[in-house]
Amino acid sequence: MTTIATAHRPRRARRTTWWKTATGLVLTALMLFPVYWMLNVSFTRDQDMRKSPPGLFPVHGTLAGYRAVLDEQLPYLATSLVIGLGTVVLTVALAAPAGYALAKLRPRGGGVLGFLFLVAQMIPGIIMAMGFYAIYLQLGLLQSVPGLIVADSTLAVPFAVLIFTAFMSGIPGELLQAATMDGAGPLTTFRSIVLPMSRNAVVTVSLFAFLWSWSDFVFASTLAGGGAHEPITLGIYHYIGNNNQEWNAIMATAVVASLPATVILVLAQRYVAAGVTAGAVKD
Amino acid sequence: MNHTTQVPDRLPVREETGAATAAPSPPRARAPRRPTSQQWAAWAFLAPVTLYLALFYAYPLYRNLDLSLRNYTVRSFVQGDAPFTGLANYRTVFDDPTFAPALLHTAVFTAVCLVFQYAIGLALAVFFNQHFRLSATLRALFLVPWLLPLIVSASTWSWMLNSDSGIVNAALHAVGVDPVNWLTSPSWSLTSVIIANIWIGVPFNLVVLYSGLQSIPGALYEAAALDGAGAWRRFWSITFPLLRPVSAITLLLGLVYTLKVFDIIWIMTKGGPADSSTTFATWSYQLGFGNLLPAFGPGAAVGNLLVVAALVFGLVYLRVQRKQYES
Repeated sequence: MTTIATAHRPRRARRTTWWKTATGLVLTALMLFPVYWMLNVSFTRDQDMRKSPPGLFPVHGTLAGYRAVLDEQLPYLATSLVIGLGTVVLTVALAAPAGYALAKLRPRGGGVLGFLFLVAQMIPGIIMAMGFYAIYLQLGLLQSVPGLIVADSTLAVPFAVLIFTAFMSGIPGELLQAATMDGAGPLTTFRSIVLPMSRNAVVTVSLFAFLWSWSDFVFASTLAGGGAHEPITLGIYHYIGNNNQEWNAIMATAVVASLPATVILVLAQRYVAAGVTAGAVKD
Repeated sequence: MNHTTQVPDRLPVREETGAATAAPSPPRARAPRRPTSQQWAAWAFLAPVTLYLALFYAYPLYRNLDLSLRNYTVRSFVQGDAPFTGLANYRTVFDDPTFAPALLHTAVFTAVCLVFQYAIGLALAVFFNQHFRLSATLRALFLVPWLLPLIVSASTWSWMLNSDSGIVNAALHAVGVDPVNWLTSPSWSLTSVIIANIWIGVPFNLVVLYSGLQSIPGALYEAAALDGAGAWRRFWSITFPLLRPVSAITLLLGLVYTLKVFDIIWIMTKGGPADSSTTFATWSYQLGFGNLLPAFGPGAAVGNLLVVAALVFGLVYLRVQRKQYES
């Protein structure tokens, strides 16, 4: 009896794992179905778009949608790229020194500041947008790229400060003290020790700052709408509003707009998971 | 979770400086006695971000408050000489026939999204915690909906829920259910945006709850299994109670972020048809930017009500988090 039981156990264990993997695959497929559907529709011909029932596979696939993206959406994509990179630079430049100060220099009132950053994350974007609109109208910054970079950075800066503070707290104090002994001022210490050691935090912050700015719709539609430089989110939004028929072009644009997220997930998955658990701030 | 370590990191600092004056304390507390030069350096590093906080958080919020307390028209908005009217905008908002439905929709949207996101997220977290082959890869793939730009998710769902050509109605037809006007019928529009938002929110719940599960010692499960407790029993008497702190954090944070959901609803239904999916967030935008004749004052007033709600729950969240650290 016992020998039979032990002989059977490994096989049974393997079989239950197999079932779990199968279940996991089905669940993942269900979850990602909308993403597949976006791809499918992006390759569907115009004449098949209203077919009933809709084709599950792009049998007569077409690249017309992607041709439309190349023809019409490139300026939007370029604007989003510039705004995304600008947001990354601004966010890191503001948040990294702040994280260093909060983590290592123990400023008086630092606790209050850290608390303010936690609270700042909770302010609904739509309220910020209205305030920015009123200010930018007076300053003539509406529909300008720098204006949108600053507004988009508010999505990332509080999160970035929290990440940098948490990360830099882990840098051994002895190391910084040794630098001080050698006569390095706080600025030198920051530049030549703290910043190089915080590479992972810089990567995490940059990824999220770029992704949020790339995905931003609220600020784009309130502050950049109708301007010469509109980001890709508005490009898609106009598409939906204007030509309700060419859904392959809309979905092709959506696919292209999803590329940064995909690239980030493939290349930098561990940073993403770190960022989410660090109190993910996206809606 | 870095988010929780962030607060604790500063707590000992205060104790240390107190202790440093009383007695020669552990070696780590020796160096930082908050020398003046270090204070200057610290605030030099903090100056840009403090200025930033004042200019780009405090000031927009102040402008928003100011907008809500004055009678702005398009002309006075540009010239900046709108008369002060006190709480008149708030009264307008309260008396507006949209107020009650918007409040109800905001409550329903938030509550239903939270319950489903949490339940699905928890079920998936428990499932993925069993570490089968491919589990790490599949768990990573579940992040996709959360990473996609909201306009992408919203427009994809719009087309999937399209009355005539959407895949959802086609699937319903296949099982013999009549087509539903998901986005164009007032009785279904709120459900539609809730479905889309649950889909977007599940990954966040999954990841946070999964990381919470890692801290439950496996020995507990083994002991329970030896005592003959089944999987269902083990979930309710071990997993769920021990996960309560993480659950509280997840739900509160989810609450704060669900309250302010705007993009999804606006892109899919614009709050319509006939305000049937209007929440405070979309109503505020509608008032301020959605009409030819903008009503900035009432729009800002609605927005401020939303800020108050978000901050109240946000402070509750911070309190709970802090208490958890202390205990």
